[in-house]
Amino acid sequence: MDKIKIGIPRGIHYYYFGNFWKYFFEKCNIELIYSPKTTQELVDRGSAIAPDEMCLSMKIYLGHLSYLEGKCDYVLIPRIDRFDKNNQTCTNFLAIYDLAHHYFQTPILNYNIDTHHDLLDGLLELRDLLGISKMELIKAYEYAKEKERQIKEQQEKEQYQKMSEDGKKVLVVSHAYNIHDDFIGGPLEKLLEDNHIIPLYSDYFQEEQTNALARCLSKDLYWKYSRDAIGAIPLCEKVDGIIFLSTFPCGLDSLVYEFVMRSMEKPYLYLVMDDLSSKTGLETRIESFVDLLEQS
Amino acid sequence: MSKVSYPQMGSYGVPIYFLLSHILEDDIVEPPNITDATLELGSKYSPDFVCTPFKYTLGTMIESLEQGADVLIQMGGGCRYGYYHELQEKILKDLGYSFVLINLVNGGNKISISQLMKAYPLTIQKRHCLKYLYLTKKMVFYMDKIDDYIRQNRCYEQTKGSFNRLKKEMLQEMKEVHSARKLRHIYHTYMSKMKKVPRKPMTKRIRVGLIGELYTLMEPKANEDIEQLLNDYGFEVKRYTNVTYLLFEKRKKVKRYLKHFFIKYRLGADALDNIHHTEELCKKGYDGIIHMKSSFCTPEIAAMPMIEELTQKYDVPVLFFSMDTTTSQTGFLTRIEAFCDMLEMRKS
Repeated sequence: MDKIKIGIPRGIHYYYFGNFWKYFFEKCNIELIYSPKTTQELVDRGSAIAPDEMCLSMKIYLGHLSYLEGKCDYVLIPRIDRFDKNNQTCTNFLAIYDLAHHYFQTPILNYNIDTHHDLLDGLLELRDLLGISKMELIKAYEYAKEKERQIKEQQEKEQYQKMSEDGKKVLVVSHAYNIHDDFIGGPLEKLLEDNHIIPLYSDYFQEEQTNALARCLSKDLYWKYSRDAIGAIPLCEKVDGIIFLSTFPCGLDSLVYEFVMRSMEKPYLYLVMDDLSSKTGLETRIESFVDLLEQS
Repeated sequence: MSKVSYPQMGSYGVPIYFLLSHILEDDIVEPPNITDATLELGSKYSPDFVCTPFKYTLGTMIESLEQGADVLIQMGGGCRYGYYHELQEKILKDLGYSFVLINLVNGGNKISISQLMKAYPLTIQKRHCLKYLYLTKKMVFYMDKIDDYIRQNRCYEQTKGSFNRLKKEMLQEMKEVHSARKLRHIYHTYMSKMKKVPRKPMTKRIRVGLIGELYTLMEPKANEDIEQLLNDYGFEVKRYTNVTYLLFEKRKKVKRYLKHFFIKYRLGADALDNIHHTEELCKKGYDGIIHMKSSFCTPEIAAMPMIEELTQKYDVPVLFFSMDTTTSQTGFLTRIEAFCDMLEMRKS
């Protein structure tokens, strides 16, 4: 039997599970194909197929999927409902499998995470397709988890190191798939560096820690990735300002960030990115925010 | 003594008022009807791209607070609805009102009675409480049946407004009931009255299915009273979404939908239901489908491509509406008229 090739779209889930997948499939001896970093062209591709009101992150994801169409045997799209009662995900995560199934022909490698199934359960269902035994799969899972943990620890260490450095520091609060996307968070990162601001990222902290800390800000919030994001705010008391990064029109952010911003004491900036190609507006806003930080 | 109020949605204010007035000893402030002023208030204090029910309910809450209410009740749901209460509470407190907000449904789609009791200790007997809960459930059930009947028959009435008048009278009588028997009696009387309403001869039968996001469908102000509009055109209207469906039938049906359907997973809120209803409407030979949602309603946006695919497969025209607080009525009417004309032309 020929070895199968699995395509991984560089969007949404990639930023949460990317490292895990890399080591897991490496151990399983399966080749991975990644879609390229987000470009204007991919965004346009996504916008062309998605409904108008869909959020930019999802449009980008669909753009990546359309790039992978026909280039691999399977494309990996997990569906995540909830991790537990208080850690649900956005409804787009719920619909992502069926949307991809509707738009594209490439077979989908899919596992489901909800209250009764965790990541390992989901992967075990795939073992026939991947052509490995249960023992091998569990070994690969544990290996990949360990690697993922090491990377996360390294990231966290770097964050704390940055925090103790001199200079103005800004915490970027957002979902991981926005911060590290080359179209959404990329220009922001570059602009901050140009202005000699040290950026800290909410998703580089340990999620167990930030998830629990989110309670300090909001009592009833039940979206996992929003909790992980805002939980970094009480953790970073030393930063000079906070940037809330959101995509248009993100459903969760519209409520959560508004709620958090209302009780904010530090200077903050609320950035909503859309699929326009011009970045001049962004520059102006960042520069004025930097001026504000320097005065305080 | 506190004053209790709740957000407005369609004519469901009647059963809610009925329930609250019997199980609480406090005063109840009936929320004022939603007007343009309510909307303006609501959208003024809301975040930019939040979905529209947030603005509607926030506007009503402000108006109720102005009338002296100090306990507010908010419902939640499976999507963003579930998180409304915390932000709304914050916004209203920032505006300087003092009140208690009780959220009936938490994020997980479950009514937590223990939490409710903690926030609002009831003084009356449990048996009494259960009786009125049962009566309210029955009342909603009968109301929904009557509404269903009205939507399908109002288009043939000879004197305009006969059905609406009957429904108004029925609601008035239902407010006074104390037993299930009386309630059933009222329902049957009005059902037979409605069946006797003089009708125009049926020349052409055109049926339109109405699907979409729940609040926009059930609050006439939010959908520009589309049911009346379509009925005036002489079209029958079918709508699946109502409170009975959402609270008591949905859970069972969704499991069935997933078994024999091309959708593999639940899609959040009512998206899966709507896709299934689209197929049902197409198979039953409906002439057109109108999909309505509030703007930025995430689950419905994800459902739209699938709905489009189905309607293309069965060759049924479909019209998508995204309702916002700023939607101008003229544009809306033009689109509805064009759609209706098209349906009539297809039929002849």
